[in-house]
Amino acid sequence: MSAISIKKESLKVIMKSKNTVVSKGSAMANTANSVTTSDTVSTKQQPEKFGLKIHNFIKWLLPPVFGVLMMLAVWTLISYQSPNLPGPLKTWHSAVELFSDPFYNNGPNDMGVGWNILNSLKRVALGFGMAAMIGIPIGFIIGRFEFANRMAAPVISLLKPVSPLAWLPIGLLVFKAANPAAIWVIFISAIWPMIINTAVGVSKVPQDYMNVAKVLNLSEWKIFTKILFPFALPYMMTGVRLSIGVAWLVIVAAEMLTGGVGIGFWVWDEWNNLNVEHIIIAIFIVGIVGLLLELMLTQIAKRFSYE
Amino acid sequence: MKNTSTPEKANAAKYVQLENVDMTFTTKKGEFNALKNINLSIREGEFISIIGHSGCGKSTVLNLIAGLLKPTEGFLFCAGREIAGPGPERSVVFQNHSPLPWLTCYENIYLAVERVFGTETKAQLAARTHAALELVGLTHATEKRPNEISGGMKQRVGIARALAMEPKVLLLDEPFGALDALTRANLQDELMKIMAKSGCTAVMVTHDVDESVLLSDRIVMMTNGPSATIGEILDVNLARPRARLELAEDQEYNHLRSEVLRFLYERHAKKAA
Repeated sequence: MSAISIKKESLKVIMKSKNTVVSKGSAMANTANSVTTSDTVSTKQQPEKFGLKIHNFIKWLLPPVFGVLMMLAVWTLISYQSPNLPGPLKTWHSAVELFSDPFYNNGPNDMGVGWNILNSLKRVALGFGMAAMIGIPIGFIIGRFEFANRMAAPVISLLKPVSPLAWLPIGLLVFKAANPAAIWVIFISAIWPMIINTAVGVSKVPQDYMNVAKVLNLSEWKIFTKILFPFALPYMMTGVRLSIGVAWLVIVAAEMLTGGVGIGFWVWDEWNNLNVEHIIIAIFIVGIVGLLLELMLTQIAKRFSYE
Repeated sequence: MKNTSTPEKANAAKYVQLENVDMTFTTKKGEFNALKNINLSIREGEFISIIGHSGCGKSTVLNLIAGLLKPTEGFLFCAGREIAGPGPERSVVFQNHSPLPWLTCYENIYLAVERVFGTETKAQLAARTHAALELVGLTHATEKRPNEISGGMKQRVGIARALAMEPKVLLLDEPFGALDALTRANLQDELMKIMAKSGCTAVMVTHDVDESVLLSDRIVMMTNGPSATIGEILDVNLARPRARLELAEDQEYNHLRSEVLRFLYERHAKKAA
């Protein structure tokens, strides 16, 4: 019984991921689809069309369901082979127990999983927010001015491939505290995609638009607000989405090293307690939260798109 | 508005002037001489077409007059002053991508109006914008974005924007090149009416022979590049207003048409690329 419910839970996740893929594809096609479906509903042969809709829905649902079932099967198989690894059922029971009280507080080393998630999100929000505030303007300047571009190119290509965690000691040294150091690591790893994508967007503004700006004699501010910004916005949002992905990816590793309250530290703590179910749950939590963050930004990006 | 002093009058015959203009582009493969020794005087109120095979540098001529490019050698003048850069007195209708896709038709035109007539009140600016939309028959599309309207309508926005700036010279860069034949004919007819009303000078780049004969007072025919120059200038002395259907059977029209064709396909035929 409960094994079935966990399937449903993970199913939702997969469905969401499918949604994001569709929305990435083209908003236009989506709206066109919804128009046709609403048209078909209003026609007379409703029952038949309804049957068709269910058929299509099942066809659409089947592959992700198979995917999840396969994952669970492999997991179960492995858990039979290796007795230390809990299977899906055991993990599910543990998760139900865990989430029945997510916000308890027994001092800094024993807090509910909800607190851990919120603390990680707070760090990501701070690091990512600062990266956006600094990275996006830099991206605009680099994209707009050739001089700035040439100037930044060596610095960016040198620093971008550095593993995020390599920055942690620098953070610890400068800030002399674990929490700001973790935020610093998020900041430095999230800033590159935003700088680069914004710069690419700005530099890709068609010459036609720039000619329009020249003929109209637009001021630099008008060029920015009326041409560069609207054109680069989709590129910028791609950068933002990549950045939040990286930030969420890095936070687990950073918190494992810095400690404190957070999902990464929680994973490490549960490892020390040898509570493997909780580690697996943490993996799911990280995945689902990452997915939700991405979904949220995709929706925001869609809203800002001029197409 | 118009200055009646003598120098201005003397300039009426040479309202836009190109003197010994050379244009050489520096590319990765070395220097490319696009234009050589271009001399052209355009009268005030005249409609000029520049026609030639693709790659002959006709758009370069237009960009030079627009001030988007600077000539390597020679001088360009407009209304007696040297052309130093783009200016609102020489507005351009671009071939494509002309209206900004994130702005409505109204906002696209307002952007230009605001820039040129910035000292006027908001109400006056809005009135100008609405007048421009009405002139090209787009009142119904005021709040539409470019991706919601047809290609022909987009080009109307481009024309409205250029005209709303009240230019002295209207520059058209293959304005109807991307449109289907029927829409093109429609817009050509409307452009003729609008130009008759506004009386401003116009330079149009085209590769359409019929278009050039129908619309122009003179047709500037260019030789093939590199180092393209003006091959011949053809006077089009057809009475205005011109009607497409009547002209189709007009001897003079057909003669002019074959003159242009002969120039393009006999004397300066382009080898198949």
